[in-house]
Parts: sequence; C-alpha cells; structure tokens
Amino acid sequence: MEFFLITLLNSLSYGLLLFMLSSGLTLIFSMMGVLNFAHASFYMLGAYFAYQTGLVFGFWPALFLAPILVGIVGAITERYGLRKVHKFGHVAELLFTFGLAYVIEEIVHLIWGRAPVDYRIPDSLNFTLFTLFNTQYPAYRAFMMLVSVGMLASLFLVLTKTRIGMIVQASLTHPDMVQALGHNVPRVFMLVFAGGCALAGLAGVLGGNLFITEPSMAFAVGSIVFVVVVLGGMGSLVGAFIASLLIGAIQTFSVALDLSFLDLMGVLGVTIDPDSNWYGGLSITISQMAPVLPYLLMVLMLIVRPRGLMGTRES
Amino acid sequence: MELGKDMNHEALVLTDVRKQFGHTKIINGVNLDIIAGERHALIGPNGAGKSTLFNLISGRFPVSSGSISLHGSEITNKEPQVINRLGLSRSFQITNIFPKLTVFENLRCAVFWALGYRYSFFRRVSALQDARERAEQTLGMIGLENRREKMAGELTYAEQRALEIGITIASGADVILLDEPTAGMSRSETDAAVALISRVTEEKTLLMVEHDMGVVFNIADRISVLVYGEVIATGTPTEIRANKKVQEAYLGTQLEGDEE
Amino acid sequence: MREMLNTSRLLFWGGVALLFLLLPFVFSGGFSLSMLSQMGIMIIFALSYNMLLGQTGLLSFGHAVYFGLGAFVTAHAINFVEVGAFGLPISFMPLVGGMTGLVFSLILGFVTTRRPGTPFAMISLGIAEMVAASALMFTTFFGGEGGIVTNRTAGGVNWGVSYGPQIQVYFLIAAWCFVSMVLMFAITRTPLGRIANAVRDNPERAQFIGYNPTRVRWLMMSLAGFFAGIAGALSTINYEIITAEALGLMASGNVVLMAFIGGIGQFWGPMIGAVLVTLLQSALSNFTQAWLLYFGLLFLLIILFSPGGISNLIMIHLPAWRAGVVRRLMPSYGLAFLSGGIAFIGVVGVIELLYRQVAFGVPWIGSALMLLIGGFFLPRTTRAVRKVWEDLSPELARWS
Repeated sequence: MEFFLITLLNSLSYGLLLFMLSSGLTLIFSMMGVLNFAHASFYMLGAYFAYQTGLVFGFWPALFLAPILVGIVGAITERYGLRKVHKFGHVAELLFTFGLAYVIEEIVHLIWGRAPVDYRIPDSLNFTLFTLFNTQYPAYRAFMMLVSVGMLASLFLVLTKTRIGMIVQASLTHPDMVQALGHNVPRVFMLVFAGGCALAGLAGVLGGNLFITEPSMAFAVGSIVFVVVVLGGMGSLVGAFIASLLIGAIQTFSVALDLSFLDLMGVLGVTIDPDSNWYGGLSITISQMAPVLPYLLMVLMLIVRPRGLMGTRES
Repeated sequence: MELGKDMNHEALVLTDVRKQFGHTKIINGVNLDIIAGERHALIGPNGAGKSTLFNLISGRFPVSSGSISLHGSEITNKEPQVINRLGLSRSFQITNIFPKLTVFENLRCAVFWALGYRYSFFRRVSALQDARERAEQTLGMIGLENRREKMAGELTYAEQRALEIGITIASGADVILLDEPTAGMSRSETDAAVALISRVTEEKTLLMVEHDMGVVFNIADRISVLVYGEVIATGTPTEIRANKKVQEAYLGTQLEGDEE
Repeated sequence: MREMLNTSRLLFWGGVALLFLLLPFVFSGGFSLSMLSQMGIMIIFALSYNMLLGQTGLLSFGHAVYFGLGAFVTAHAINFVEVGAFGLPISFMPLVGGMTGLVFSLILGFVTTRRPGTPFAMISLGIAEMVAASALMFTTFFGGEGGIVTNRTAGGVNWGVSYGPQIQVYFLIAAWCFVSMVLMFAITRTPLGRIANAVRDNPERAQFIGYNPTRVRWLMMSLAGFFAGIAGALSTINYEIITAEALGLMASGNVVLMAFIGGIGQFWGPMIGAVLVTLLQSALSNFTQAWLLYFGLLFLLIILFSPGGISNLIMIHLPAWRAGVVRRLMPSYGLAFLSGGIAFIGVVGVIELLYRQVAFGVPWIGSALMLLIGGFFLPRTTRAVRKVWEDLSPELARWS
C-alpha cells in the first residue's frame, strides 16, 4: 500500500513535469505546424541556466530568471532561424530543430563540460514534507507539483481569458484572418514559440536538480515527450495531459516493479525449468523492460488508433 | 453532340447522397444520373456543394449516407485509388500536379497503372514504349509539347491547368470529372481550354463543374443545378434556361445574358 | 539522343568503377584504407536513406535500425560459419544483412508508413528508441554492452582471399557498393521509383492516378531497409564487432546529416555527404573535441541557406558553367569567400578557445576580431554575389 501511494505521488510529479514539456510542444505544433525537435534541449537549457544563475543569485531568483532566459533564446531561434526555414516546408523545419538539438547540446558541452553539474535542491526546500508509513516524502516534489499546476493553470487562464490569449487561439486555426485583422501574426508566433520554450525551461529548472543535470538529459527526456505527444494525439492539450500522466505512471511504476512473467506464472502454479530456452525471455522483469514500455505503447497506439487518444489533426 | 449510344447505360448514378460535416449539412439528398457518353455540367451558386459532391464521388470524403455507383458497381466510400482504377478520373479546382517532376513525367506517371505496371521496380521506364506513346499522345493533345522537359512547378498558371487536365485524361479513364477547369483563365485561355476539353472527352463521359456559363452552354449536353446541396433541376441547356426555379435561385440575368 | 545518353551513362559507371579500383593505390596507408572502407559502407547507407527522404519524401529518424539489425544478424551468421554450422562464403554475407533489413523493414514499415511527414518522423523515432532499448534487454542476441564480436576470416581462404588484410575487405566493400549504387539508381528509373517521386510531391494526386501512397511508401521503405542491411553487414565484416550503438539515434541522425549535407535532390548527393562526413569525422575528431558542434553548425547553415545541400549548389552553377560566365562570378565569390573565411576562422577560434579553456588574452581578442570583421563584411559580400547572379540571369535563362 505504502509502495503504491508513494509511487503514485512520484508518478504524478513526474507526469506533471512531462505535461509542462509536452504542452509547450503541443502548443507550438498546433500553432505553427512545427514539431520542435529541440524542445527537450530548451528543457536542458533551463536546468543549466538555473544552475548558473543560482550560483550568483540563489535558487528563488533563478526560478524566475532561467525560464525567461530560455524564452529569449527561443525567441531568437524563431526569429532568425525557424522563420527563415519556414518557407522550405515542414520537413526543413523539423530538420532545423533537429540540427538545433545537436548544436545546443554541443554548446552546453562547450560551456559546462560533459560531466553532470552540481545543481542541487535548495536547502530551503530540502526537507521531508510528510512521512507516509515508513517512507519520507520530499518537500521538493510537492513544490514541483505546486509550481507545475500553478504554471499550467495560469497558462490556461491566459489563453482563455485574456485578449492576447484570444489572439493566440485564433491564430491557431486562422492565421491569415488574424493577420488581416491587423495583428502581427509573426510576432504572435514568436511569442508562442518563446512561451513554449520558457515552459520547457521551467520544467528544466524544476526537474534538473531532482533528476540529474548533464548534457545528455535532453535526448533522454526528448524521446519520451514525443511518445507523450503521439499518444495524446498531436495537437490536443487534453490528450497530452492524459498521456503525460499515463506515461509518468508507467515509467515510475515499471522501474520499481521487479516482477517478471516467471513470477506471474509462479503465482499461477506453473514453473519453468531454468535450462529451457524460454527461461531467459520470461525472466525479464518489468523493471528491465521499463525503457521499452513507453515506445511499445506508442507503437501499439499507432497501430490501433493512429490519431492518438484525443487527436484531431491528421498531421 | 448526340446523347450517347446507349440511352439506358448510366455511367454514374448518385442515389440520395447526403453529407454533413458535424452539424452542417452540405449535401442534402442528391440524385443524379449521368448517362454514358454525355457531357454533363453541374452548376449552382457558390457554396452549393459542387466541389463537395465531386469529393464524395471521387472518394476523397466519405458520404454520410446514400450510394454512388460507377457502371453499375458500388463505389460509395471506396478509397480514391480504387475508384480511379475502376475508370473514374478527376481534376482539381486548385491545381494539383507533381511540381518536381517534368511535364512529361507527370503524364507518364498517370498512365502506369492503367497499363498494368503497378508497383514494378524491375522494368526501366525508358523501355516502356506504350507508356511513352500514351504520354506523348496526351502531351500533344494538351498542346504542351514544347514544355516537355520543364519542371511542372515552373509552368504558367494556364499551362498548369492544361497539365492538370492532361493528367486526368492520360490514364484513359472513361468517366472524367473536371472541377472548374477554366477557373482564373482569360477569355482566350478559356476558349483554348474549351476546345481542349471537347477534344479530349469525345468518346468519354464528362461531369464538369463550371461557373462560366459560356463554357457550360458550349459544351454541355445536359445541365444539373445544385442549390443548397440539392439538385433542383436537370435538363438540356434550353430546358434549364427556361426553368423558373433555376432563374429564381441562380441570378436569372446570368442565364439570359448568354443569349448573345 | 537516347543512344548518346546511354553511352554517357556507361562512361559514368565505368569511371566510377575505375575510381573504386584505383583509389586504394593512391591512398594506400592503413588509415586511408580504413577510411575508404568506411566511406564505401556509408555511401550505401546514405543512398539507401535517400530512397526514403529524397525520393519518397519520408523523413526517418530510425533508419539505423535496419543497418544495425542487418549487422547483428550477419555477425551471428559469420559466427555460425566459424563453428561450421553455416556454409555461406563471407563474400555473400552482405546478402544476409540485406535480407534481414528487408524482413524488418517489411514488418515495421507496414505499421509506420501509413502517415507521411511529421507523424512518420516521430513514429520512426519511437521505433528506433524501442529497438535500441530492447537491445540492452536481449543480451544473447545483442551482446549487451560489449556487442557481438566476429571473425571475418572465418570462411577460410577462397581463391586466395581470406579477408584478413584490409585491402581485401576494401575491395569487397567497393564491389558491393558499386552493385548497390547501380541497383539503387536503376530503381529510380522504374515505375515504382517514379511513382515514389509523385507520392513525395503530391500524395493525394497520386491516389487519383490509381496508386495507394501507403503501399508505395511501404515498398520503398522495404527496399531501403534491404540496402541499409547490406551496409550493416559490411560494417560487421569490416570492424569485426557490432554494438547496439549502431542501431541508435546517433547513427540514425548521422545518416540524416550525411544525406542532407550532400543534397537530397540529386541521386549522387548523399554520396558526397557520406564521403565528406566520414572524412570530417575521422580527420576532425583528431584535432578538436568540437567536431560534432561543427557538424551541427554546418547542418544548420545548409538548412538555412541551401537546403538542397551541396549537390544542389553544384547544380545551380551548371548553367553558369555552360554559359561560360563563371569568370564573371569569380570576383564577388572571392570576396564573399574571403569574408566568410575570416568569420569562419573567428568562429573556430572562439570555439576552440572555449573548449581548451584558455585564459583571456591575445588569441581571444584575435578570434573575436576576426569574427566581427568577417561577420561585418559577409552580408555585404553575399549581397554582391546575389547581384551578380541577378545581372546574369537573362543570359543564363537560355542555358538552364
């Protein structure tokens, strides 16, 4: 019971982090039709910027500064990079963001080196929030969830209740009309791109010190975010939310479960001779399979329901 | 322009075809019988659903209800390529060609399936005489011989429209759907297009959407009028001109103006 | 006219064959031979990738899966030969790799080719990650971290060839490379090849001329997987080891880079990319830690300014060559290259200094200065180049 609750809480905090990442990606995709391959790179930048500014200013200012810095980088990327490539089509845009991911990772190598940096949970948050049965639940995870929910709630409010939000929503489906009405649609695009990147950066600030901050973190998380987006249905925020929680749960639970088919069969009263050929395959535990599960799920989804859980757009 | 050899043979039959997108009803029970060998025009005010009807017939969209049959066999909701292989070919209102292939290649690709080459990756296209001849023939018909090796994406608008028609007829399909073939053309370009269309649809069944009444009355054996997703009248050009309902629904002056 | 074309094409292939034959005698050092061998393998791989991207419009981020699987199965096959359980000569081992690639791309391709464009790219990524992740699970087949080791001389000596010396392996690779090149080129000249181009340009229109775009993509994917598997098998033979890394994202990303830098619009584009990238990878990594950064930057530059790649750049200049006006382009090109070169040295300087963590001083100021100067003049000189092209365009129109 204790295991289940703790793991559930952990998967929730991880899932919310995934949603922060995938929501930004979904927004950018919905609006501009561009799948930002480098999205996880901005996540990484968020962590590194937070580390660096944290050294100078401390954690709390860094929490605000880092995402803004990442947003600025995002805006520059859109303005001088993506916008130029836009006329060459979606494939070119995808490839551009792909190359960007390489370059950002290498620049991070350049500046901060290849080893993980010591980006730590600030002391003010480094305590146990509560103890559930025998396990201590860290306050930092709760803090993460709080910030995630707060950020997403305010995003939702901005999109639905403010004027700029209306313009963004309209530009989602009718960019030409919005431009004809006098709004600066390219600027809106830049804003949305920067916003999505800033969101990823914030996720990085939060996640970087909980997980590890090193140059390969982008590629590790990046693929998972894609799985989330495909599962949820490209272009659907609600789908991304459900998929984020689902994948969060799958990844968190599967890593902790040391069960295998053999164990299952054992429960059913069936035993297999260790020398038989099947033993090797069946003795693989769920935790060993954990890395594959999200992708397996994605492939299954693509076979059964190509547009994802809540997908609307074809591509 | 005789009304076809076999008065009883209907090439294309639509029976109570309906289509709605969400709550919006675009096509509200269309019944249409296209006789083999005739040239049939589909006219109607903007938004009446003419292009949607074409999309339903050619398999681009599925119908909400009703049935469509080609030479007696059911083609409702079949995939576009399946319908095409059964002998129905269409052009598009917005030019839809293969921009990075040459004009000749565009036409040659259109004949492969009809000639049975399917997905073959064993035969060199340069050795396929019949494909080349058919493509050359079509090239001649649409008058783009001197643009043979040009990238299709680099042609002028009128040339692309001609190529569009070329791709549509190259395979030798006997039921041709043309969606506003003269859209955006000047007077002289339109005249050339009309001559082309008459030439290439000589032995075939033609269903054409058009706005240009001059073209319609020039080419069509029969006309159907589509208003708000329903066919309100079908008949010869003379009958349609005289039809009160049509005059009311569809800016009477436009029909009479072509008496000159 | 057609006769002439055939002769020129024969000459071309003859020339290529001759080049393959003579190269190892020109570049005869051990290092060069290894590099030439690697280039041969990568040429096959990159060309197979372009069947997907350049010819059918499928951007795949998981093509290395077929390369890798072909390599692994071949490794096991060779090991079977060593224990006498399998009798295929090493020379024909690439077929094993090819068949593996074919089978897997048939299976995986069936699922993935239903949607083109961005969804396909993502799906290919997911599959690649899935296979790479499983590789660490199934250690018997994939050999875990250490991979599978094999012995390329396992087939014994046949007609004096044991595949022990690198030069023999080079000729094996060259032969398969040549055959693969000819075959892949031939495929572009078949109905399937042409229709694949049509599907790339306008999948919907392809439906309306009787073709099922999904089926076309699936077939092209399978063929591309076949050749990727051949490349993988040759890699196993060449290096006598194969690890799970060869299946992964890095390897898939690499082939994207190669094809794109070389140019996806011409058949021979990816060949240039394969040669160039292999050269840079081997040579550069000896000089600088930042070689991957340079690659990324090169890639970005090409996407931003010449998405057709190097082959496209060459093709654009052909009319100028035919019209004989290349000399007129020289002055403006010279200036542009000069300012570009200065900026380039500046960029390299900054990057290298950062990597080596050199303290602030003269080298820094020098690099920064070159960067600024080059960067200042570059837009102006490129504008001049563009102007020369504009002035020349009426003349060139006759030749294009």
